[in-house]
Amino acid sequence: MEEHIVIIGNGISGVTAARHIRKLSDKRITIISAETEYFFSRTALMYIYMGHMKFEHTQPYENWFWKKNRIELKKGYVKNVDTSAKTLHFAEGEPLTYDKLIIASGSKPNKFGWPGQDLDGVMGMYHKQDLENLEKYAPNNKVCKRAVIVGGGLIGIELAEMLNSRNIPVTFLVREDSFWNGVLPIGESQMINRHIKNHHIDLRLANNLKEIKADKNGKVKSIVIQETEEEIECDVVGLTAGVTPNINFLKESNIELGRGIKVNPYLETNIQDVYAIGDCAEQHEGINGRRPIEAVWYTGRMMGETLAQTICGNRIKYNPGHWFNSAKFLDIEYQTYGWVFSERSCPDYEKHFHWKHEDDTKCITVAYNKDTRAFLGINTFGIRMRHETFNKWLTEKRDVDYVINHLSEANFDPEFYSHYETDIIATYNKQLKIA
Amino acid sequence: MSNKINHSMSLAKPDALDITTKQKIALAIGFIGLFILALALFNTNFPNEGLFLTISLGMISLGIIMYSREAYLTKLEGIKNDGVWFKSISSKGTWGWILGVILTTFYIVLYFFPQYLGLGKDGAANTGLIQLFDPLSKLLSGRPASQWFVYGSLYTIAILAFGYKFILKYRHNRYQQIRTGSVMFFQLGFAFLIPEFMYVMNNDLPYYDLKSVWPLNYYIFDEWSVNGFLSNGNIGLALIIFGILSTFVITPILTYKYGKRWYCSWVCGCGGLAETAGDSFRQLSSKKMSAWKLERWLIHTVLVFSVVMTVAMVYTYLGYDKNNFWLTRGLFIAFVIGFLSLVFTGVMVFKAKELGKDAKYGAIGFFIVIALLLIMHFTGTTDNVFFIKGATLRSAYGLYIGSIFSGVIGTGFYPILGSRSWCRFGCPMAAILGFQQRLFSKFRITTNGGQCISCGNCSNSCEMGIDVRHYAQKGENIVRSSCVGCGVCSAVCPRGVLKLENDSMDGRINPTEILLGNDVDLMDLVNKK
Repeated sequence: MEEHIVIIGNGISGVTAARHIRKLSDKRITIISAETEYFFSRTALMYIYMGHMKFEHTQPYENWFWKKNRIELKKGYVKNVDTSAKTLHFAEGEPLTYDKLIIASGSKPNKFGWPGQDLDGVMGMYHKQDLENLEKYAPNNKVCKRAVIVGGGLIGIELAEMLNSRNIPVTFLVREDSFWNGVLPIGESQMINRHIKNHHIDLRLANNLKEIKADKNGKVKSIVIQETEEEIECDVVGLTAGVTPNINFLKESNIELGRGIKVNPYLETNIQDVYAIGDCAEQHEGINGRRPIEAVWYTGRMMGETLAQTICGNRIKYNPGHWFNSAKFLDIEYQTYGWVFSERSCPDYEKHFHWKHEDDTKCITVAYNKDTRAFLGINTFGIRMRHETFNKWLTEKRDVDYVINHLSEANFDPEFYSHYETDIIATYNKQLKIA
Repeated sequence: MSNKINHSMSLAKPDALDITTKQKIALAIGFIGLFILALALFNTNFPNEGLFLTISLGMISLGIIMYSREAYLTKLEGIKNDGVWFKSISSKGTWGWILGVILTTFYIVLYFFPQYLGLGKDGAANTGLIQLFDPLSKLLSGRPASQWFVYGSLYTIAILAFGYKFILKYRHNRYQQIRTGSVMFFQLGFAFLIPEFMYVMNNDLPYYDLKSVWPLNYYIFDEWSVNGFLSNGNIGLALIIFGILSTFVITPILTYKYGKRWYCSWVCGCGGLAETAGDSFRQLSSKKMSAWKLERWLIHTVLVFSVVMTVAMVYTYLGYDKNNFWLTRGLFIAFVIGFLSLVFTGVMVFKAKELGKDAKYGAIGFFIVIALLLIMHFTGTTDNVFFIKGATLRSAYGLYIGSIFSGVIGTGFYPILGSRSWCRFGCPMAAILGFQQRLFSKFRITTNGGQCISCGNCSNSCEMGIDVRHYAQKGENIVRSSCVGCGVCSAVCPRGVLKLENDSMDGRINPTEILLGNDVDLMDLVNKK
């Protein structure tokens, strides 16, 4: 009998692990999900609401794929995990035994104990069920006359874009005094502030939520802003103030938990044959200066690839390469390679070169070590850049002058696009002279 | 919850789909323009046809232009796909089906019953819709209109007006703008105006759209066509030499340098219509594996059919007692077999590995063609090939492939099968270009390292039904014979993952299993297999 690998969660981490285990072995594989029958791309949920795609288009594999690759799918909610008997108990139905367990249960939206946070019409934007909820409470601008979004991060701005696509007025409460400035340097953050406003979104910086008020049916009626006591009438409140590992079902188990599921660099938990990957995994210490919990699509995928090796007899550490990420702020694409810190978390040695195009939709920030002039990373907005090139430059430890002068090699914009390298180099040289 | 959710999952119709007052006016203007054409179709006699034709075509164009300006210029530049899957017309809803039926009916009448459009038989004057177009035709070439002139005019208007719409939709993307400018230019100039002017200069020359290359232009080597060219001195000879060069020299060179996109999405008229008027339907093409399998069988079968048919045609008229050509049947057959064998051997020697399992199918296809040609040569009488008249074969091709497949299904079914079903499943030219693109071209769509988030926008907008995401999410470049290089996958990607490029042949196809961003040792380990 082949070993039975059970995976909780059919997101990118769990599915990647399953696919790679299948490539490497003939083990029996079962994936469990309470959310959907088949794997879909969470990052694409927004496009369903916007009408760019239907739900089925967000599924990267056709439905026959799973059977063909002998990956069993089980829909069910795991209530608790009995690690001593290696058994999973479900909210409904028969228990399931495993030989090895991979927990990839992802995240859930943060709620910070706001009054009214569980009212009808209040939702996060993470699960498919959140999308269905949004369809119910915000199908159009007659049913939903205004929506308030609380929390200025990547999910918040996506939710704003979604609502905007149906002409629903949006008030966007952001705790920080500039959008996402805990991550983005100020020049970029302010450009995004302006871009949000250009889309007629009512952006309220340095504004916190005090409470959500209900109508007589227990549905959202309005919100109150802490700083000004202003009351804003609305039909939907989106809570997008970050996410937290989705691990409540493990509270009773012997698995060690912190904010997430504690794992060592091999992605192993304190219990033999139980592993955790993706958003729900928490490293005892961040690897290579990364955060202990990385709730990013790409890192989930990498953990899945790594763990598949370990499960199949080649025990290796999760050892990600150079950091990269991407996002889109309404019409402005963002990519990052290496590390660029915002002013709020910038180490002493890190200095920035910033260039912004006059049309206010394109800019780059290059971070470097002011003592050694080593290139540390780049943020690029509105200009696509080549992952491979930056990965190479970071590995080769190029200095900032080299990177600026060779930027055109990294350009990944479509053919016939205008190029800005000349202008960037000129700006860079001018700044050098002043400094 | 079932995946077969209702259209939008909404309880109410999403409001964003409502159009503005200006757009309603624009629609009214456009439909009044169309209504004039409908009246003409039912034999209304207009007092001044030239005036009414101008008003009609003008109003149709104006309607489209006004509608597009209101749709796109009122918003910031960016991806404009909001509500595509909510709208009935672009998501196989009621309006989509109605439009499909109207278009299909139009094509059936156009190809098989032109008298209903008002074509005058045996020199009789035109009536109805075709009569309405007489003034324009007379202005351009001095002769009365035909059903093809009506069709060509409407086709050109569609490409120009919807091309304008497309340019506004992608006004942040210069690749899309320039490419669309190109198809608009080639349609107006090469397909519409130049042939008319050529007729004015020399009215014995057969209709020749210079950019239409064999085998898409399947009638260029027909007897009447070749005779027409050869009886017209140097200009005719030059044209037919250009026709042969376009197929055997110009096409391979350009496809090597730029991929088949130089033709399919920059020059071709069928492609031009699909990219402009058909843009709203691009997401309807099936991305299923089964559709891909069907595509590969169908398109290559059409290719074999078109090669055999053309050879049989030429072979037939070379066999007449009074052969006006220096070429003899034996020489011709030897030449064709020699050429095919050369291509076949070259591919098998240099590219068999890249073809993998397909090499076997390719070989079978090749030997079938050769066998057919030899049987033809040794059993053929003067006018029979495979015991069938060559002309019968030609008319079967013209009917089933040239008319029904490319027109009735290819365009009529836009709102059902997506905008490129002819290009994808039927076009023999696309098959040849694709074969070369897959094996011998510098073109590819580069995937940007590990940045893909598997969202599916690329696959959704691929009019050729390529599951682009399947490659992108593995960090693999996209090198597919069917890719027409329209560049929309790259345009709609929210993470900047895809780029159309012409680069060196080395490393063009990069099957990677582990993506960039991961530990280098792990990449080596997994990719070893």
